[in-house]
Amino acid sequence: MPEITRDEVAHLADLARIDLSDAELDHLAPQLQVILESVASIQGLAGDDVPATSHPLPMTNVFREDVVVPGLTPEQALSGAPAVEEQRFSVPRILGDEQ
Amino acid sequence: MSETLVAFDEVLERYDPAFGLEVHVELNTNTKMFCGCPATFGGEPNSQVCPTCLGLPGSMPVVNAKAVESAIRIGLALNGSIAEWCRFARKNYFYPDMPKNFQTSQYDEPIVYDGYLDVEVEGETYRVEIERAHMEEDTGKTTHIGGATGRIHGADYSLVDYNRAGIPLIEIVTRPIIGTGAKAPLVAKAYVAALREILLGLGVSDVRMDQGSMRCDVNLSLSPKDSGELGTRTETKNVNSLRSVERAVRFEMSRHAGILDAGEAIFQETRHFHEDTGTTSAGRPKSDADDYRYFPEPDLVPVAPAREWVEELRASLPERTADKRARLQVEWGYSELEMRDVWAAGALSLIEATVAEGASAQAARKWWMAELSRSANDRGVELAELGVTPVQVAEVQKLVDGGSLTDKLARQVFEGLLAGEGTVAEIIDARGLAVVSDDGALGAAVDEAIAAQPAVADKIRGGNQAAAGALIGAVMKSTGGKADAKRVRELILEKLA
Repeated sequence: MPEITRDEVAHLADLARIDLSDAELDHLAPQLQVILESVASIQGLAGDDVPATSHPLPMTNVFREDVVVPGLTPEQALSGAPAVEEQRFSVPRILGDEQ
Repeated sequence: MSETLVAFDEVLERYDPAFGLEVHVELNTNTKMFCGCPATFGGEPNSQVCPTCLGLPGSMPVVNAKAVESAIRIGLALNGSIAEWCRFARKNYFYPDMPKNFQTSQYDEPIVYDGYLDVEVEGETYRVEIERAHMEEDTGKTTHIGGATGRIHGADYSLVDYNRAGIPLIEIVTRPIIGTGAKAPLVAKAYVAALREILLGLGVSDVRMDQGSMRCDVNLSLSPKDSGELGTRTETKNVNSLRSVERAVRFEMSRHAGILDAGEAIFQETRHFHEDTGTTSAGRPKSDADDYRYFPEPDLVPVAPAREWVEELRASLPERTADKRARLQVEWGYSELEMRDVWAAGALSLIEATVAEGASAQAARKWWMAELSRSANDRGVELAELGVTPVQVAEVQKLVDGGSLTDKLARQVFEGLLAGEGTVAEIIDARGLAVVSDDGALGAAVDEAIAAQPAVADKIRGGNQAAAGALIGAVMKSTGGKADAKRVRELILEKLA
C-alpha cells in the first residue's frame, strides 16, 4: 500500500509554492493518503499483461503543419492578469530558485 | 568555501578533468512547438501568444510536424538513433517563466539517442559521445525590477513576456567526456563549434549564441589523476559564446582544484558564468528544486516516426562536415594549413556563402581570415557574430574586381559596416569611398604630380615607363587612395608621351 507522510505533503506543498500551516498539514496528509489508497485499488485490477497507459486512445503522430494562426492581441492576453506593466505580466518576486 | 584558483598546468599535474555539455538550440520553425503562434524573435511583448502557450484552461497543444522533422534530421546528422516511439513529459516546476506550471519536454524517452560527433583539435580527433537529444519548449522572458543589479536577488517584482514561451527547443546532451587532459577547454569549444556548423548546414536554427538561439551549459568535474573515477560536478549555465565555453571549462578546472587541494568537497550546484571576468559564481544548489515530478504528458499522443520517413530524411541530409571540408579544400585550392585555420576560425560556412555569392575563394579567404578575423578578435566575438554577412563581403569584392574600390577603400567599407553605418552603398556614399576614375578630377591630380616631380617626368618622356610608379604613388596619396590606379597610369603616359 502506498503511503504518503506528513513530511512528503510538506515537501510537495513547498514545490508547489503553497503555504500550508501545521494544522493544514495535519488535516491534509491523511486525506491524501485516502485518495492514494483509492487509486491503489485500481492498480490491483491491472494484471502483468496490461501495460501502463499514458493516453486512452491508440493514436500516434498527431501533428500540425508549421503554419502561423492568429493568436491573442496583447490586450486580450493581459486582460486576465492581476497586474500589468510595460505590456508584461507583473508577478511577485521569487527568491531562491532562479531558473 | 575557499576560492583559491590553481594554475591550469598545476591542475593537470594532480587531476583529470571530465566535462559534459548540454546545448539548447532554438529551431527556426515558423511557429511554436505546440501552437500556431509565430516563433520569430523581437516582437512587441506578449504579441505572439495564444491560450495554449499562455496555459489557459481548456487549451490543447498539438505538435509542430516541422519541429519533429528538424529533431530527426539533427539526430541523424549527429550519427544518432531515432526512437521508434517516444513521448513528451511534463517537467513540473512553479516559476512564472512558464505559465502552465510545467514545461513540456521529454524525459526518459528522447527522440534521439546514442549519437556522436568527431571533433578536431590541433590535428587530433576526439570523439564526443552524445547521449540524447530531446524536444522541448522554450520559456518566457522574465525581467526583474528593482534591486541594485537587476538580478533576482533584491528584485521587488518581475515582468514576464511570453513571446518566447513555447518556441521549439532541441536539447543535445553529451556523455561525460574524459581523457582530454590539457585539451579539455579546447575540445569543449571545438565540439560546440562543430555542432553549430552542422546545425547551420541543416538550416534548422539560426544558431546565434549572442542572441540566445544556441545556449550552452557546461558540466565539469575533476578526479584524482589516473583514478578513473568521476568527481562531483558543477553545472555552469548559459555560457553564450564559443570563447566562453573554453573559458568556463578552464575556470571551473582551476576553481575545483583549489577546493579539492584544500581537502574540501565540491558542492553540486548550478553556477553562473560572467562574460566580463570569465569567472563563475554560485547559483542555486541542486536539491529540492530539481524535484520535477516528471510524468507523461496526457494531452499529447506519442511520436512514432515511421522508418520510411526517417530514411527519407537521412537520404536528404546535407553532406557530412568532414566530406564537405575535404571537397571544399580541393575546390578552393587551399593548403592543408589554410583549411585548418579557416575551420578553426569558424569561417568555413561564411567563406562558402561568400563564394556562392560570386567572390573568388582566395578573395573570400582574404577578407574573412585577415581583416574580419582581426576585428572579431579585437571585439572578443565569433566571426559569425561580427555582424558582417557573406553577401556584404561578396558585394565589396565585386566592387574591387570591377575597379570601383581598392583593397584599401574596401577595408574602410568594412570599418563602416562594423560601426553600423548602413549598407555597403550607403557607406561608400557617406564616406566618399568610390574610386575616382573621372578624367577631369584625375587629370588635375596627375598634372600636379608631374609638376612636383619634373625629373621623374623627364625620365618617362625619355621612354622609361617604369618610372611612372613614383607619379602614380603621388596621385594615390593626394586622392586618399581613391584613384583608379590603372587609369592614372594611362593618363600619365598620355600626358608625357
